[in-house]
Amino acid sequence: MLRVALKGLAGRKLRALLTGLAIVLGVAMVSGTYVLTDTLKAGFNQIFTSVYKSTDAVITGKSAVGNGNNGNNAPSFSESLLSKVEKLPGVAEADGGVADQAQLVGRNGKVISNGFSPGLAFSVHPNGDQHFNPLVLTAGTWPNGPHQIAIDKSTADKKHYSVGQTIGAVARGPVQQYTISGIVKLGSVSSIGGATMAIFDLPTAQKLFNKVGRYDEIDVAAKPGVSPAKLVSEIKPILPPATQVRSGAGQAASQVKDASDFTGVLQKFLLAFGGIALFVGIFVIANTLSITIAQRAREFGTLRTLGATRRQVRVSVILEGFVIGVVASVIGLFLGLGLAKGLEALFTSFGIDLPHGNTIFATRTIIVSLLVGTIVTVLASLMPAMRATRVEPIAAVREGVLPPSRLARFGVPVAVAVLAVALVLLLVGGLDTSLSGGQRLLAIGVGVIASFIGMAFAAPHLVPWLASWLGWVGARTGGVSGRLARDNAMRNPARTASTAAALMIGLALVTAVGVLASGIKTTFEHAVDSQFLGNYALTSQNGFTPTGVASENAVKHVSGVVDVSGVRAGDGRVRGSHVSVTGVEPNVGKVIAITWKKGGPSVPAALGANGAFISTSYAKDHNLAVGSQFPLEVPTGAVIPLTVKGIFKAPSGGSPFGNVTISTSLFDRVYQAPQNVYAFVDMTGGVTPANTAKLNNALASFPDAKLQTESQFKKQQESGINVFLNLLYVLLSLSIVVSLFGIVNTLVLSVFERTRELGMLRAVGMTRRQTRRMIRHESVVTALIGAALGIPLGVGLAILVGEALGSFTIAIPWGTLIVFVIAAIIAGLIAAIFPARRAARLNVLQALQYE
Amino acid sequence: MNANGAVVRAVDLMRRYGEGEAAVDALRGVSLEVQPRELVAVMGPSGSGKSTLMHILAGLDKPTSGDVEIAGENIGKMDDSDLTKLRRRHVGFVFQFFNLLPMLTAEENVVLPLSIAGEDPDKGWMDELLGKTGLKDRRKHRPSELSGGQQQRVAIARALVSRPAIVFADEPTGNLDSKTSGEILELMRDSVDAFGQTTVMVTHDPRAAAIADRVLFLADGLIVEQRKDITAADVVSLMQSLDS
Repeated sequence: MLRVALKGLAGRKLRALLTGLAIVLGVAMVSGTYVLTDTLKAGFNQIFTSVYKSTDAVITGKSAVGNGNNGNNAPSFSESLLSKVEKLPGVAEADGGVADQAQLVGRNGKVISNGFSPGLAFSVHPNGDQHFNPLVLTAGTWPNGPHQIAIDKSTADKKHYSVGQTIGAVARGPVQQYTISGIVKLGSVSSIGGATMAIFDLPTAQKLFNKVGRYDEIDVAAKPGVSPAKLVSEIKPILPPATQVRSGAGQAASQVKDASDFTGVLQKFLLAFGGIALFVGIFVIANTLSITIAQRAREFGTLRTLGATRRQVRVSVILEGFVIGVVASVIGLFLGLGLAKGLEALFTSFGIDLPHGNTIFATRTIIVSLLVGTIVTVLASLMPAMRATRVEPIAAVREGVLPPSRLARFGVPVAVAVLAVALVLLLVGGLDTSLSGGQRLLAIGVGVIASFIGMAFAAPHLVPWLASWLGWVGARTGGVSGRLARDNAMRNPARTASTAAALMIGLALVTAVGVLASGIKTTFEHAVDSQFLGNYALTSQNGFTPTGVASENAVKHVSGVVDVSGVRAGDGRVRGSHVSVTGVEPNVGKVIAITWKKGGPSVPAALGANGAFISTSYAKDHNLAVGSQFPLEVPTGAVIPLTVKGIFKAPSGGSPFGNVTISTSLFDRVYQAPQNVYAFVDMTGGVTPANTAKLNNALASFPDAKLQTESQFKKQQESGINVFLNLLYVLLSLSIVVSLFGIVNTLVLSVFERTRELGMLRAVGMTRRQTRRMIRHESVVTALIGAALGIPLGVGLAILVGEALGSFTIAIPWGTLIVFVIAAIIAGLIAAIFPARRAARLNVLQALQYE
Repeated sequence: MNANGAVVRAVDLMRRYGEGEAAVDALRGVSLEVQPRELVAVMGPSGSGKSTLMHILAGLDKPTSGDVEIAGENIGKMDDSDLTKLRRRHVGFVFQFFNLLPMLTAEENVVLPLSIAGEDPDKGWMDELLGKTGLKDRRKHRPSELSGGQQQRVAIARALVSRPAIVFADEPTGNLDSKTSGEILELMRDSVDAFGQTTVMVTHDPRAAAIADRVLFLADGLIVEQRKDITAADVVSLMQSLDS
């Protein structure tokens, strides 16, 4: 019996292949994700082990308030620590250095940047033994003196720089030109991603980063016989506040851990899309197997008359699913190797250039991919297997008609029940604030899956209505082909429904994402419109990395400038909990409209050395009122007593201010390297070409700064959302491709099934072109049913999830939705190519004699 | 129509399947003409080549050598598209298994060839046709709601609807009981007499042969006998002699 099943499978290679394709992509996504994240992790590992390979202990600054969202805020420390360290008995050698961020500036005066990758900067001792230096020169010498720089090899290669040439670098102040003394790379590390490197000698670096007399890091080597642990315990007692010491290996491990936290998040994120593709794959496989089983009713009937038990029939179908699952998983596993490269290229094209080592193909990747693919396929074959067992032996001698699925009889009540459960879950997840965030997210997640399943049950009952409605245009314009196509789509509603349901899932998710993004963007735009009082905004080139305050100062002196206020940003801590801190000028109210709940326009000017204004939500959560006092702890460990001077209401689309806002004068005193997230400028005459030119002229030596009008600012700030949105679209398109395979499968199998019918149509005069058109129309009708189910479902999900997040209003992007409908039509046309060709190429005579 | 008025003319048809040792000659030199308003039955044992002959005459298959003219057009040099259009214009089909589209009503099935050709049915002709085939009160029924005989009537109406030069019927009674077969044969005969519909019918059924104007007997790829006005009993004995 088993042999019969396997032989049968071998005899229907095309059908088996089509069935398996649906799972191949999901498995490839799983395997590709593991390969990519393992490879990235290995890359980070390689970098950090290489950086600390000859260091026994590392002293670094340590933020007193933990890591926030405002970048590396570890404070620097006084260089006097070095001589104390050198005097310790276990220390053989110690050396201090500066590590910060600086951007290289190319010949065109523009910052050399690779998307979101950082511009790293380090100091070296040009004449030292380079014992602790992880970098190696590939050409030239170490930079020496205030006019020399060394840059990384990858930038030098890409931008055609060589030793002796001039390159710009910009950090806290205006851009400066340096002579390239050397080209460096990081030990044997193959890639540092898209990051650039600028290396200066120590005094130059200290001056450039406002760290004269200070270090970011001290590297220590132990005397022979002194273990790193011993060394660390020797150093600990002499450390000043806001510093820490780790062994070299410990420091590397800690940085690898930070990186693997990131790759871990990335892994979960990407696996989710693999999961979605597999979920869609279940629908496709279950549907494809159901069709093939319906077509083989006579075969199963024959087996039953020959004495096969129901159990044997069931096992043979499940076995078939198992074999398809294993083969598809193996193919998917190896396809994942290629997909990992594709994902990496995808991230790079979105400006996320990550470091990578050698491709890692872990045993875990192999096991998980094979297991997941096989289990999913076997699960999908269970329902069709149950149906196959219900074939009566008499089917052997009858035209093969399979009894309808038992579940189908309860279709409507089941659909209503599942949809009701889905709605309850979504509402609970969306609106019940008594649950934790994780619980609400889980409720929403399960609710979304339940809504898909419910819709899939409801679909067969909607199909006849939808098909006649959606097929109407085709029927009117496509002549007999269009009419027959519509009728074909309607003649087996269950089949069309599950084919369309697979597409529905992908389209619903894409729509939900699109609607949410549009809501976020619209709300953000309203927020900007209501707050942007100035004429221009000044940000970093990418819009969200903080920039030095020098560019703001440069603009202040331009003639015609009335008001300028930068918005400094940093992390702080109040009574043990993290808070985002911003700093503003006394005249900030002239460039940003602030809705005061307590206090008024005079508040910013009255902040002084101990005043703060806070958001309404922060005031409520921490029971603060005007006049309340609270202590703010900053990264250096200093604690500043503050008094609440005013309370403002942050608009739902986003506020330029953190929960606690202080004066820039106080901010610049207590934060070591103050930076602006943005600055806003008000000029007499407003936005004019002359004013723009004047400002840009003043900014000529600050290539890291970007001057924008309000609308440019909005666009720039939204570009981050758009990048993420596009990334989501690309990743979700994978599940749409899987559902396209579903359409291809259904059509190919329908063509098989209708062979004799097609033969008749061709015999009575249907041309090949008409035949192709008929299949194409059917495909488009199916795809449109998927769109008609999926897009409204997606909008509904987005509204519920939007309610749950609560921070923005939903705006339905009609244009985008129309694009999705057109995309569904195109998808249907693509899916029809192969089946239509098969149908048109049928030999009329053979088709007429086909049974 | 060609010079002597034949609807279909075949000259020295040979049809070979396969190559080399395994080659089978289904037709080994068949020539025939079908005149307007003629009902020709083609008979012969299994493997005699009668189906092959019909397929070639209907433009569904091409001979290995020899010439075929359908409604005056030589099909030798036609490509698939030309042949399809030729069939659409000049040929009607009746199949053993009816081959109706299950999702269309009886009437929609009947007008299908016109729909495919993008033509509108003539109402008077439709009424006449449905009246003749006894389907007037079955117009809106789907095939699954019709008996086998009714389904074959729909198929016959479908073959006639475009007023083709010639109708080919492949075992039209092969899937029907004896009583219904008789009715269907009567209808075929009627369509020739009433509408002047030239018809070629491949059949095993001696009664089918009996209603034909002319019966061709094939064996081993050759026409071995031609009879006019033959009775069913004659057919049976002739077939027996051919089989032995």
